[in-house]
Amino acid sequence: MLGAANILDPLDVAEAWIREGRKVAIATVIETWGSAPRPVGSHLVIDGEGNFEGSVSGGCVEGAVITEAADVIASGAPRILEFGVADETAWRVGLSCGGRIRVFVEQVVG
Amino acid sequence: MEQAILGTLNRARAARRAAVTFSDLADGGTQIFLEGDDCPAPWRLAVARALQSGKAGFVETEHGSFFCNVYLPPPRILVIGAVHISQALAQLAPVAGFDMTIIDPRTAFATPERFGGVELIAEWPEDALKLRPLDRFTALAAVTHDPKIDDAPIRAALAADCFYVGALGSRKTHAARVDRFRRAGVADAEIARIRAPIGLDIGAASPAEIAVATLAEIIEALRRRDVGPAEGGAP
Repeated sequence: MLGAANILDPLDVAEAWIREGRKVAIATVIETWGSAPRPVGSHLVIDGEGNFEGSVSGGCVEGAVITEAADVIASGAPRILEFGVADETAWRVGLSCGGRIRVFVEQVVG
Repeated sequence: MEQAILGTLNRARAARRAAVTFSDLADGGTQIFLEGDDCPAPWRLAVARALQSGKAGFVETEHGSFFCNVYLPPPRILVIGAVHISQALAQLAPVAGFDMTIIDPRTAFATPERFGGVELIAEWPEDALKLRPLDRFTALAAVTHDPKIDDAPIRAALAADCFYVGALGSRKTHAARVDRFRRAGVADAEIARIRAPIGLDIGAASPAEIAVATLAEIIEALRRRDVGPAEGGAP
């Protein structure tokens, strides 16, 4: 079989990181419009050092989400990010497929 | 999300239990409900809908607006019988996104050469199922034609509320099966859940065609399954 079991599960990774004492943020796709590579509910998890597992797009906006996650971990306050071609940052981070997504980033709290 | 919620969610997923979470996006506060557990009335309908559709998204409840996420166990197909139909099904099932396991105590049938790539257990179903408990996200297809092999796992699948229970055999064979089950005390409502003859009625003749019809019937059962105990009913 094409061992799906070998693909790391982001939420399992998040829990393992927490057990190691790392601070962890979870990013979740909460809305999509048009063509979006990952469905609503998909997770990307990030630790305080910028390590990550999972995906919220096809690799298009993960870099920006990881940067924002560092702020969320520092402040403890969750935030909602929006990415898409309509975004002014589209040339830097955006979805080349023409879709638009909203991503919720929150810290896992004790 | 709280660490304890994350732990509950991961344990539920590891145990192949469906879970639904509701997140308040203002503060990240999250609630979790597991399929089969009692659920407070205000959440019941939203939980049932989420489990039914498997779709994440925003929901309005009495408590306000929440982001609802759904975590369903990956569906799998358990086939009793390492026969020709199973060989075709073993090729089709992964394409449609199902994990598949074959159980057959007849070691002459259950050889890895015939079933490369699919998990194959050459034991009696009663023994194999102790290691692989059935659950609501498992489809069971019994295709040996032999009551000594098929009957016990079919009854176990009904008891475990598997989302699909199918059995190969003509109407006559199935009538004999129904008779045996009744005499063994299986309720008629349970017996009625057995899909037999197996597979959607597309006039399938060859083993490969029966495998296609069976897979289609399994997909239909998965997508239209009743997740109970939602009272009141969705409009």
